[in-house]
Amino acid sequence: MSEVEIFRSEVKTWLADHCPPEMRMPITDDEICWGGRDFVFINNAQHSWLNDMAAKGWTVPAWPKAYGGGGLNGDEQKILAEELGHINARSPLQSFGISMLGPALLKYGSEQQKLLYLPQIARGEIRWCQGYSEPDAGSDLASVKTKGVDDGDDFIVSGQKVWTSYADQADWIFCLVRTEPDAPKHRGISFLLFDMKSKGVSTKPIKLISGSSPFCETFFDEVRVPKTNIIGGRGEGWTIAKYLLTHEREMIGSSDLLFGGDDVCGTARDAVGLNDDGQLDDAILRAEIGNFIVDEMAFDAHMDMTKGYMRAGNQLGARSAELKYLGTELNKTRQSLLMASGGANALTWEDAGNIVPQAPRAWLRSKGNSIEGGTSEIMLSILSKAILKMPS
Amino acid sequence: MEILIEDHQMLLDSATGYLAKKQNVAAFRALRDADEPLGYDVAAYKQMADLGWMGLVLPEEHGGSDFGYRAAGLIAEQMGRNLTAMPFVSTAILSVTILREVGGEMLSEWGMKIAMGECVVALAIDEGVKHRPEQIKTQAVRDGDGYLLSGDKTFIADGMGADRLIVSAMLEGELALFWLDPLEACFGTSCCDLAPQRLLDHRNYANFHIKNCRLNENALIAKGELAERALTKALCVARVVVAAEQLGMAKECAARTVEYLNTRKQFGVLIGVFQTLQHRMAHLYCELEQTSSLVAQALNAIDENAETAEKLSRAAKAKVAKLGRLATEEAVQMHGGIGMTDELDLGLFMKRDRVLAEFLGDANCHIDWLLREQNI
Repeated sequence: MSEVEIFRSEVKTWLADHCPPEMRMPITDDEICWGGRDFVFINNAQHSWLNDMAAKGWTVPAWPKAYGGGGLNGDEQKILAEELGHINARSPLQSFGISMLGPALLKYGSEQQKLLYLPQIARGEIRWCQGYSEPDAGSDLASVKTKGVDDGDDFIVSGQKVWTSYADQADWIFCLVRTEPDAPKHRGISFLLFDMKSKGVSTKPIKLISGSSPFCETFFDEVRVPKTNIIGGRGEGWTIAKYLLTHEREMIGSSDLLFGGDDVCGTARDAVGLNDDGQLDDAILRAEIGNFIVDEMAFDAHMDMTKGYMRAGNQLGARSAELKYLGTELNKTRQSLLMASGGANALTWEDAGNIVPQAPRAWLRSKGNSIEGGTSEIMLSILSKAILKMPS
Repeated sequence: MEILIEDHQMLLDSATGYLAKKQNVAAFRALRDADEPLGYDVAAYKQMADLGWMGLVLPEEHGGSDFGYRAAGLIAEQMGRNLTAMPFVSTAILSVTILREVGGEMLSEWGMKIAMGECVVALAIDEGVKHRPEQIKTQAVRDGDGYLLSGDKTFIADGMGADRLIVSAMLEGELALFWLDPLEACFGTSCCDLAPQRLLDHRNYANFHIKNCRLNENALIAKGELAERALTKALCVARVVVAAEQLGMAKECAARTVEYLNTRKQFGVLIGVFQTLQHRMAHLYCELEQTSSLVAQALNAIDENAETAEKLSRAAKAKVAKLGRLATEEAVQMHGGIGMTDELDLGLFMKRDRVLAEFLGDANCHIDWLLREQNI
């Protein structure tokens, strides 16, 4: 057997022994393991699956072993992903630490910072949130006003963030703070990390049209942050912020959650039904679904190619914007078609049972996909400048 | 985003260089203006064979390189970018694939000739305004030790001047493929007529009227299950190679348009500064990217004999048809008035794009197939 074959057979055996049956069922939003100090596991299976995977370094298979990763090469990562797919294994841990902060720390963190923060992320011990947007800094993110006043060994941070995902459940925050008030807009920002339990931090969930509250307003009232918690140098935060955003966009564009959910064809078949020719009893909806499935196959193919491109050691850079744009627009179409396919069934907001109807909530929530992490319009602007080199 | 293997990269590099120099858009324009019925340059066809392109999907023992369909798609994409007019899809893809399935002496004799660029073989399948290869009206009946063939075929790519035609027909209720020499079939008789079909892309197409044409027993090369398999496979692979050509055209239109937006001035500024144009170009770029991936994935699936190949082939053809329309329409619109002139090449791309959108089935026919496969 070749080395990769040996690796595959080891992975198979290990997964057979360690992935509990409960962790091989389709996952819902409420069953995601986010980790963190206060996380309550839904069952023992979820807990042991996280611990076992973390012990192997497989919550972050591509990271170096020294930082809690698996140290796997591109081929091995692919094999692991395939074998996890074969048994329908749930992701043991989902976190902004893995998908966003981690890559930024790996690139810009000091050795000491990497050794401190990365293993905690890999083991799911600390749950992170992202302090980026502010009431007056949305698409124009570099105009953040949250200030960090120099005070000896510390910065005193004051201001307000908004659209902070799960800030109310997070342990730590990575935050864009203006520490150099006299520097030009893009050079005055520093990338700070601090504990959400620090004195002066408060959060307030924002209720969305979907009824859920995944985002918060986050307030800082003279929060004391040690200067050692800065990543990169003072005023270098924008570079790190942009790099991290490429990973965020990649994550949003490729999120399994975005593409989980119900199958459009199946939903339509069940709800609308078929005519005597065995075709959907709504010719126009059928045609719309047809266009959608072709787009979906194109996007899936593109994701596949992208994964191969990254496994070969390439960085996506500005091209993360194309995944984000295509993936989120596609998901909005999917959710709209699911609503149309479900007809009146899909309109139910509350029913007699205990199950909360997902269709209308998922549809409404999807409207934010093309806003969060940079709007579709910002993605197109990035691509026109960075890739197509169009003039400013 | 695809990472090519080294052999494919080398092939692509050599094709890009050769076509841009020898078989570029200017060469196609000259062919169009010369109004030659053949629509391609015979000497260039031989050169292309010498480069090994006619044998890309032929086994080595039959003069090919067996490089596979991904490789053929790379060549086709560059042909699209350059609007290269060649009997490539008709002969090297459609006909060779059928010959491979048929095998035996047919493959050993004709495979070699095709690889050497010594002949052109065209496939006659379409009969109506839309591609419906499963609804064949052309009929063959047994006549002693041979057959009598009757029907009307249309949209036969590279049919004029072809050395041989492969004609689909129904024989005893089953699909059959006949191999015939159009000169011999039509010579001195009133039973057959192979006539040029002048389409807007100025390439070589033929209509073939057949009435009680007598064929000998060797003319039947496949029947029943073998014929179904050979034709299904040939259409599956050729569809994606055509899609690759059309993709190349879309990429070229997009590239020329970005170039134009970045040089043309109005209101005292480069028009590329306008966000409405930037966003439309970026949207087109994203569509080009994901469609490229779909085409590559479909061709790889074919080379790997994956079960998903047929489905991906249909999706790729449909997706590229939509993309091609977007790319050519955006190119003309963003160039403004000059985009409407014959002098600029965009019109040549738009015309070819419209033909390829129909050739081997339009988006609707393939989407309908995909929906049936989903049982809706």
